Amino acid sequence: MRINFNTNPEKYKHWKINVVGKRANLIMDVSESGGLFPGYELKLNSYDLGVDIELHDALQRLRFEHPEVQVVVLSSGKPKVFCAGANIKMLGGASHGHKVNFCKFTNETRNSMEDANDNSGQRYVAAVGGACAGGGYELALATDHIILIDDGSSGVSLPEVALLAVLPGTGGITRVTDKRKVRRDRADIFCATEEGVRGNRALEWNLVDELVSPSLFEEALSSRVELMASTSDRPVDEIGVTLNPIKLEIKEDRLSYSSLDVEIKRAESIAELLIKGPTGKTPANVEEVITMGDQFWPLRLARELDDAVLQLRFNEEEIAVMAFNSIGSDSAVKEHCDFLQANKSHWLIREIILFWTRVLKRIDLTSKTIITKIEPGSCFVGFLAELVFAADRSFMADGVFDGNNYGEASLLLTAANFGRHPMSNQISRLATRFLSDTSWEKMLRPHIGIDLKAEAADDLGLITAIYDEIDWEEEIRLFVEERVSFSPDALTGLEANTRFAGPETMETKIFGRLTAWQNWIFQRANAVGEAGALSQYGSGKKANFDRKRV
Amino acid sequence: MPDTMAVDYTTSIPNNVGLSEDRRVLKALEKWHPGYLDWWKEMGPEGFQESLVYLRTAVGVETGGWAKFDYVKMPEYRWGILLAPQDKERLIGFGQHKGMPAWQEVPGEYRAMLRRLCVIQGDTEPASVEQQRHLGATAPSLYDMRNLFQVNVEEARHLWAMVYLLQKYFGKDGREEADGLLRRRSGDVDQPRMLGAFNEVTPDWLSFFMFTYFTDRDGKMQLESLAQSGFDPLARTTRFMLTEEAHHMFVGDSGINRVIKRTCEAMIAAGIHDPYDINAVRSLGVIDLPTLQKKANLHYSLSLDLFGSEISTNAANAYTNGLKGRYREDKIDDDHQLLNETYPVLRLINGEVETTLEPALTALNMRLRDDYTRETASGIKRWNKQIEKAGISYELKLPNVTFNRKIGVFSEIETSPEGLILDHKVFEERKDEWLPSQDDGAFVASLMHAEVRPGYYAGWIAPPKMGIDNKSGDFEFVQIQ
Repeated sequence: MRINFNTNPEKYKHWKINVVGKRANLIMDVSESGGLFPGYELKLNSYDLGVDIELHDALQRLRFEHPEVQVVVLSSGKPKVFCAGANIKMLGGASHGHKVNFCKFTNETRNSMEDANDNSGQRYVAAVGGACAGGGYELALATDHIILIDDGSSGVSLPEVALLAVLPGTGGITRVTDKRKVRRDRADIFCATEEGVRGNRALEWNLVDELVSPSLFEEALSSRVELMASTSDRPVDEIGVTLNPIKLEIKEDRLSYSSLDVEIKRAESIAELLIKGPTGKTPANVEEVITMGDQFWPLRLARELDDAVLQLRFNEEEIAVMAFNSIGSDSAVKEHCDFLQANKSHWLIREIILFWTRVLKRIDLTSKTIITKIEPGSCFVGFLAELVFAADRSFMADGVFDGNNYGEASLLLTAANFGRHPMSNQISRLATRFLSDTSWEKMLRPHIGIDLKAEAADDLGLITAIYDEIDWEEEIRLFVEERVSFSPDALTGLEANTRFAGPETMETKIFGRLTAWQNWIFQRANAVGEAGALSQYGSGKKANFDRKRV
Repeated sequence: MPDTMAVDYTTSIPNNVGLSEDRRVLKALEKWHPGYLDWWKEMGPEGFQESLVYLRTAVGVETGGWAKFDYVKMPEYRWGILLAPQDKERLIGFGQHKGMPAWQEVPGEYRAMLRRLCVIQGDTEPASVEQQRHLGATAPSLYDMRNLFQVNVEEARHLWAMVYLLQKYFGKDGREEADGLLRRRSGDVDQPRMLGAFNEVTPDWLSFFMFTYFTDRDGKMQLESLAQSGFDPLARTTRFMLTEEAHHMFVGDSGINRVIKRTCEAMIAAGIHDPYDINAVRSLGVIDLPTLQKKANLHYSLSLDLFGSEISTNAANAYTNGLKGRYREDKIDDDHQLLNETYPVLRLINGEVETTLEPALTALNMRLRDDYTRETASGIKRWNKQIEKAGISYELKLPNVTFNRKIGVFSEIETSPEGLILDHKVFEERKDEWLPSQDDGAFVASLMHAEVRPGYYAGWIAPPKMGIDNKSGDFEFVQIQ
């Protein structure tokens, strides 16, 4: 079954959005029978990938379509339960690959809530009543403020260890320790207590931010919304940009978008992504961008690229290599890039820049080898050049090639490459690349806006290798064939380690540490063996553990 | 060793668990005690706290002969901690630990789960006292008033029973939970009791009888399951609670029987044979049979909700871990592990109610509910005999388990009492035919006047055949002060 990421509120089965002035209510009301796959019921607001695809869509729309929304209230549409977390039967029945992809996507979606909260002036508050367990609490943790109903029974919990022999892997533990800074022994108690923590203790341990009795809840929530709105710089009187369905034509071995073409070469295990540069002229001002709406090239391409990467992750698991190619005019991309930079304080341009940051992060976090090919006619400029620095290996053509009218391949740096799109480690791809050289920025800044040909780019250390026309195709073919012959698991591990040099952040910990541990545990018999806790869950039978500590 | 048969009244808290030698728990309970008394004064029976009530108090835990009857002021009732005698050889009877010696201490692994079971059970006990606190003012006789108060003090003792377990076996968390049991209030918006049915009001005596018949019987089933527990102190505690619970059930069963008897007598005396001639029957000052049916429909369906979801992982875990057994587990002839057994479960499949075979472990709630329904039906039979004997053509029936449900798979649909699936609109239009309407409530309320003269009974209820403790019906069961 091909998983489709394109949806809109009219198609939602599990979420409701209602916008009242500067407040949006994002209500989780999961349809029990609306699971993406057969074999499980989404009881008690538990979720699967389908629920999260809708959430991801909703978050995007709240940002782009609703500049007036300053505060989003996340709540449940069901009595006595906020959210019971990821559906256990779904996890029990899913392949390991799907589980990993699912966890990664849900983590990215949670991160995008924090991104909206921290960078886009759209603040998130979780209104928690009833059971808020596992992934449900992880969802609440991604908001900036958690209000818990103090009714003697509502509480928060991370029951994974005690109940399922796995970890709260969607940021659960890391957000408890690093975001909420819960003391380590309390975090240990909390994560080992199936029923979790209620009332005053939840507040005292900083597991929630506010505790309110049921009769005062609505009032407290409203004043919290007012308070949070007062810290937002989103314009209340502007009209948003509608995100229309992405234009995508799917064929057996090809995904064709308007400015992106993905050729899937299954025999060689490689997907060739060809990015097409802008065709129209660069808008003169933001008003023109608003008129263009979702057809504004940087926004359109970001949406298409995001969708393509998700398609490759979920629907093309055996594709080992993503190869980025581009075609277009360097100067047109540069104009767009400079336009974004010049207008970065406008809410819409800010959203587009932040969206690019998320798309690039999604590429960084994809478990496929990334190569980028800078050829005659390509347009790796500014934010597109980030794809060069995101690659595990980048190749640049040296000199002109026969058979086309393009000049020599070139690479162009802009302000976009100097911190506008940080990686998960909070520094730019270039900073990560030049970790050993504290003067890298001083060295590179003078080259901003200058066409860098192969040798210059090579001298500056911006690319892996340069090849002339004679070697170009053969060298790349050899590299890909060698790459594909290695163990996919070893490659995933290798790339995840080389890509994220430098500082640890909450995000890198979630993806690099928590997720790695989770995936290890997910493979072990104590979780997924016949007598493992995840396999036995729901049967009433008891897990039988191998007691050796590894 | 303490004598576990006799109750020690030398400590401030009567008990047969050797509290005088267990200073730590005695201290904890003494600390909890004042809060408990405050709760009783604030939320226990309204008025009558100074009256002398002819109550039974436990003096031992052996079968028969454990109760002593005497006049007591309720706040001076000797609430205590009483466990059924210990069987030192007792083995765990079911689940994965079957055949191992019963636990005398809480196994660390099951601490949280056992604590939860004790807290949920404990929460229902004070809740019913709170629900019934206004009823003294409209008691149909001193006999009934005394029965109400007996039920109340014993439910409160059941709170003590659970609090003892929490204090003794569950450490600091247990003590916090024990305090929580005094903090929550039935029907309170901010601090409600944990289960839905215990937040409903008990507005009149007919509701009280229905509650003790239907809802206390759920309590009985739960206690029966806990009485099988591999955690011996819980099993012993609940076994003794069951001996008290029997009286509560009797109050409900005989109460409804007496209402029916009085209604039938009045109808015959007035020459009314049509039970549906509601106005004529009501004009006699008695409760018409269709209203009784509606009340039964309501209380039965609310009580079914207390059994939880039909398919339950929690119930399965509690069983596998040896914490909560089936009804009369020790009398069932099977392997007591249920690893490969199935059990028929009613489910909603594509909008139709169908029976499917489900793993017996996850269907334990359903099984207990079926046991409950069987037992409940036997009372209905007795009531119908009473009606038949009077020569009136009317039959009380239990509604279908799909009717008026708020928890479980059937909460998604509306059905008639016969189980016919209905459109929501149709149900709303017809529900006054099946559930007590405002008019019904107002009529029953109009009959509720106190009758406090010894030997007198309100016009809507027949006297009992015999009073309590072999006293006659005109004994002064409550000396109102």
